[in-house]
Amino acid sequence: MRLAPRAAHGATAESPAARLAITVIALLFLALFLVVPAVAVVAEAFSEGVRVFVAAITEPDARSALQLTLLAAAIAVPLNMVFGLAAAWAITRFHFRGKGLLVTLIDVPFAVSPVIGGLVFVLLFGARGAFGSWLDAHGIRVIFAVPGIVLATAFVTFPFVARELIPFMQALGSDREEAAVILGASGPQTFLRVTLPSIKWGLLYGVILCNARAMGEFGAVSVVSGHIRGQTNTLPLHVEVLYNEYSFAAAFAVSTLLLALALLTLLAKRFLEWRIERQLARTNGIRERAR
Amino acid sequence: MKQTPRHRLRVLPGFGLALGYTLIYLGLLVLLPLAMLVVRSTEMSWSEFWAAVSSARALAAFRLTFGLSLAAAAVNAVLGLLVAWVLVRYRFPGRALVDALIDLPFALPTAVAGITLTALYSKNGWFGSLLEPLGIRVAFTPLGIAVALTFVGLPFVVRTVQPVLEALDPEKEEAAATLGAGRWKTFRHVVLRPVLPAVLTGATLAFARAIGEYGSVVFIAGNMPMHTEIVPLLIMTRLEQFDYDGATALAVVMLAISFLLLLAINALQARFFGERRAA
Repeated sequence: MRLAPRAAHGATAESPAARLAITVIALLFLALFLVVPAVAVVAEAFSEGVRVFVAAITEPDARSALQLTLLAAAIAVPLNMVFGLAAAWAITRFHFRGKGLLVTLIDVPFAVSPVIGGLVFVLLFGARGAFGSWLDAHGIRVIFAVPGIVLATAFVTFPFVARELIPFMQALGSDREEAAVILGASGPQTFLRVTLPSIKWGLLYGVILCNARAMGEFGAVSVVSGHIRGQTNTLPLHVEVLYNEYSFAAAFAVSTLLLALALLTLLAKRFLEWRIERQLARTNGIRERAR
Repeated sequence: MKQTPRHRLRVLPGFGLALGYTLIYLGLLVLLPLAMLVVRSTEMSWSEFWAAVSSARALAAFRLTFGLSLAAAAVNAVLGLLVAWVLVRYRFPGRALVDALIDLPFALPTAVAGITLTALYSKNGWFGSLLEPLGIRVAFTPLGIAVALTFVGLPFVVRTVQPVLEALDPEKEEAAATLGAGRWKTFRHVVLRPVLPAVLTGATLAFARAIGEYGSVVFIAGNMPMHTEIVPLLIMTRLEQFDYDGATALAVVMLAISFLLLLAINALQARFFGERRAA
């Protein structure tokens, strides 16, 4: 049953005036909180001219910060990707006791403050930490050094891949994998030829979100870094150092790199969401026809 | 081929390897370090612990952190619902772009957000230069912290409410209309009631994020002890003073609260998905 749109207008839709008011309030809120800050980053970056901008992003300290950021992400993201695959395989393909608890525990790094994510590694590996004297005796530095930055980054980005893959692999179901195994495929063959091709978009989705956070993490990395210029500064830490030295234009110039990363991430995220929706719709279609 | 006939799902291999690796990695990277934090706090005497978390400065930081996180979550609950409503129900040019932009606070590094908001709201900034003559100071005041926390929490309510609004059956609204309800009454009874658990879940997520937030706040806060110092910053300060016990005690309290919030969010989601399945 459908009522004539005009007759029902009063109760199934807002009046045009209310509609306009609601839209304006919502868009104004988003403009003030999202669009203006994004524009301001670029405006501030070029406020002292193009030369200051170029100098800020090409100077040696900025280059070494970029390298360290890339290095930390290049270690932390693959580690968490392998974990995400293992966790999603165990959780979506098998029944076992304590599964609910495991899923909750995977989310823990999202729930705790990034500062605590850095602190725990200082308590373990710092000069006065549990393993501090042992590491010192063996000449190994973790805190105020690159290993600490990698650990803190891995901690805060820990859940990303797993939590995106779990609902996706749940939705895809295991019919095709079971068929492959029954037809004689080995475990690795099944994983590489059946599972991986079907989850590639979901996996990439998790990896991209994980990477954005890994490259942008500030709090946790700040605790373990020691802020040694040219050595233990990542890009976000370099931004802080420049800002605290009142080199505002330079701080915002480096920030534009991180803003560009954020916008690229959002673009990729949108594209992958579209691919994933299509794939799930197709899977459901096949299942319907099979019935 | 090895098969355990008792168990239907055991056709697939790799259970032991996958679960074993998951538990070892989770244990080493997350659980063991967090457990060490708790162990270390138990090595302190109760009076030491209590002194660290109940000093006037710590209490002021707790009050500030929780009060402002609650305020930011409330703002996001109301405006997030409004934004989700506009994105789901209305069509306007640029809607897809706006929808994609909602996640900017998730993707933008917090340090960048922090220095940008500070620049915008400080005396000479685009917003600050308009607000300051009106007597409203934002940067380096609690209001500035609330602005930063609203920014980082913005996507949570929108993203939890959106799918629920999309799944809402328009026939119910039509039914309410034919039964003579006005639009506002229809909205309150037919739309708001099923959407409210999602708003609450989203606001709790935003709150949980806000109490731990560091990067976007430290620049705009001013960081005056007793006045604009949040708990994560106080932990950082204690650590820089090599007061490991003080940092640990504060961190354990925050960890416990975060854990309770995580359980609350899970309970909310379980109940709320239960309701949706029943509907």
